[in-house]
Amino acid sequence: MSQAVPLDRPRRLLDLEIDGRTTRAPEGATILDACRAEGVDTPTMCYAGNLTPVNACRVCMVEVEGSRVLVPACSRPVEDGMKVQTDTERVRHSRKLVMEFLASSVDTSLASTDWLRWMGEYGADPSRYGAAMEPMETGERDERWAGHHHDPDPTIAETVAQPVKVDNELYVRDYERCVLCYKCVEACGVDAQNTFAIAVAGRGFDARISTEFAVPLDESACVYCGNCIGVCPTGALMFKSEHDMRAEETWDEDAQTVTNTICPYCGVGCELEVHVQDNEIVKVSSPEDHSVTSGHLCIKGRFGFSYVQSRRGRDDRRPR
Amino acid sequence: MVGLATVFGAGGGTSSYEEVEHVDLMMLWGSNARAAHPIYFHHVLKGIHKGMRLIVVDPRRTESAEWGDLWLGLDVGTDIALSNTMAREIIVNDLHHRAFIELATTDFDDYVASVMDWTLERGAEVTGIPADVIREVAHAYAKADRAMICWTLGITEHHNAADNVLALINLGLLTGHVGTYGSGLNPLRGQNNVQGGGDMGAIPHHLTGFQEVENDVVRARFEQEWGSKINPKKGWHLSQMFEAMEEGELTALYVIGENPAASEADNQRTHKLLANLDILIVQDIFLTHTAEMADVVLPAANSAFESEGTVTNSERRVQRVRPALQPPGNARDDIWIIAQLAARLGHDWGDPSAHDVWEEVRRLSPMHAGMAWERLEELGGIQWPCPDDEHPGTTFLHGRLWSEDPAEQGRKAPFSVVLYEPPVDELDEDYPFRLTTGRRLDSYNTGVQTGEYTSPLRREETLDMSPEDAERLRLREGERVRVLSRRGEVVAPVRLALGLRPGLLFMTLHFPDQVDVNNLTIDAWDPKSGTAEFKATAVRVEKLEEPAVASGGGGGE
Repeated sequence: MSQAVPLDRPRRLLDLEIDGRTTRAPEGATILDACRAEGVDTPTMCYAGNLTPVNACRVCMVEVEGSRVLVPACSRPVEDGMKVQTDTERVRHSRKLVMEFLASSVDTSLASTDWLRWMGEYGADPSRYGAAMEPMETGERDERWAGHHHDPDPTIAETVAQPVKVDNELYVRDYERCVLCYKCVEACGVDAQNTFAIAVAGRGFDARISTEFAVPLDESACVYCGNCIGVCPTGALMFKSEHDMRAEETWDEDAQTVTNTICPYCGVGCELEVHVQDNEIVKVSSPEDHSVTSGHLCIKGRFGFSYVQSRRGRDDRRPR
Repeated sequence: MVGLATVFGAGGGTSSYEEVEHVDLMMLWGSNARAAHPIYFHHVLKGIHKGMRLIVVDPRRTESAEWGDLWLGLDVGTDIALSNTMAREIIVNDLHHRAFIELATTDFDDYVASVMDWTLERGAEVTGIPADVIREVAHAYAKADRAMICWTLGITEHHNAADNVLALINLGLLTGHVGTYGSGLNPLRGQNNVQGGGDMGAIPHHLTGFQEVENDVVRARFEQEWGSKINPKKGWHLSQMFEAMEEGELTALYVIGENPAASEADNQRTHKLLANLDILIVQDIFLTHTAEMADVVLPAANSAFESEGTVTNSERRVQRVRPALQPPGNARDDIWIIAQLAARLGHDWGDPSAHDVWEEVRRLSPMHAGMAWERLEELGGIQWPCPDDEHPGTTFLHGRLWSEDPAEQGRKAPFSVVLYEPPVDELDEDYPFRLTTGRRLDSYNTGVQTGEYTSPLRREETLDMSPEDAERLRLREGERVRVLSRRGEVVAPVRLALGLRPGLLFMTLHFPDQVDVNNLTIDAWDPKSGTAEFKATAVRVEKLEEPAVASGGGGGE
């Protein structure tokens, strides 16, 4: 069968140098792509393969010859003849400080194992900014207006500590774990779901993820696709099942299996990664590089699995 | 599936999801993909952000229509009128693809003759869409470099479903929008593995891989593989099966994973027919309404989470399904149950695995021959046809039509003459409202599966009505009303819906225990595909004399 196969514009291979080694990368690739192809370990937080880079976290910064400031590797395209340094004193210092600032104000303990490893490798010590301030009351941060700052107390570390928001049976919002990476905003917005239920409200340290006018979730535009959970790097957005099991200290990833299967609902054929512990589904995700989903699901695919388990006649742990 | 197979010889959507992101113009026709196929709509949204024009044809102004450049709110069941009017407008303005029509199609002259009296004025009168809008859409579709038509149950849940599909295919042939990257004709399958079920032969006239059961050569190959004789006559589709029950010709029914007692149109009749069977066997994961009526219930493992196998999606991608959970109690895998049944009937099939069954599919179905089990795993699924082990799968179909070598081109695609017929259930003074049905984002079919999870979006069944009609009938939001069709009646609360035009009502089929909408629907069905006309019921709405006493939950006054 003859078929016209669509070809992208041919892409040149560009020559560049990373840490003194010459390498080649295709036109349009980012410095991060080139680093990863070269096996150069580069810390990231706000980057995800299925989202547009937003340059929010500034963890992946590298030095580029001729550039006055450090540049974010995740979004900067490679150029012919570019000379990139990823391990200079300046780069290491910058990455360490960014990690410390993030981790001193935000609970990053549920971030990826890579993140925790990078913290160690870069010698980040968030505790040196003083004791953490007292957690705020529920909703207190949501009511702050831009410019209404209190005088800082230099002896304590400002944090975003606050109670977790549990307002529905599907997912929770634990904003003391939020590093404002913008991934959820992008997944809810033009990069995937296009529902625009959330955005960043406020300025400076008061900036936070918010629904429109900070209305409760069930009054917002949220359609509970959970694509924000899928991209959240720190556990700020989490399946309620995972949240409850962590609270009960029964969450055990070592005892979990992950099985890839196909969603049982409509005929689109979304690939599901089904996380199972003790023969119970505890959460559902989708592979970021799958051609059907790009890692994104709808409410039925992500949360609609209970019917399989309701046949078991036992659900002692989480009565419905 | 019938329409595409008739014209092109293969009953599958022509295009890949990825292509949707590179289309210039898409007509979403009788589909609310934003709610019913949310992840397909993600690809549509990527296309929109790259400049695609989306045109939504739907009686309701749906969530999908809100993303459209244009919304064509036609009257229910006038799709053929719209298609034929567009066709005439394209032809008289010389916008049709003469070279493609000459090269790759047949029966063009008959088609032209059949659409010539569909002037813009007549089309506008029948469909309710302004003439200049039909004109604009016809021109835009014909002139687009890459254009796609996608449809769902808004096209197929009608008494003339196959003709509706043929009417859309005609437009694709007329403009050459088929067989190239980014152009095509795509049904979005409403249920998981509808595509795969058809591909595997779970339709009356086909064996696996769209091979005709009434073809002696085909049947001989299957008989040799199976060591058994196959009935040389094609079988019945669902609606014919119910008719055969009525005639007493069908007396034993084996239902696997379906719930006809709840899902079929005109369900009082359905109940009676199921109850009259000599034996009803139901194999399901739940004790459904149908299973409650059964003589024997075979508890099955869930196909998505507890079984090994394959499904095929709307872009013809065969995908592996894997067991994540142990099935409860005595529930067993479908393949095991069927093999045991065969053994009891005197045929020893052993204990075949899903992989064994798949190898049999590959031996018998040329379009699946190249899909080794391991390759399905490696490639994340393969799109048929995939004839040999080196073949990467087929991203879009019918490129062959553009070939000037007759051997390579194969059978040309015929135009079909399709005549407009209004819905069977006619509106009159007693039944002046058109009731149509559809899905909500968080629910699915009769709610057997989706009723089990706690969706914050879920609300009870309502009779959705335009504010104009509600005012005319002096109804308030939340007020319970009686809805009557020529077959039955239900009571439901009114909900005001801005997406509905006066005269049009909407309900879902998700909550049969609360409001059994299939008491109202008509079982008029399409003779070619067997699909029932769920989308077009004539009803009237009556104010209840005494406001129903709120038994908790409702009220507020």
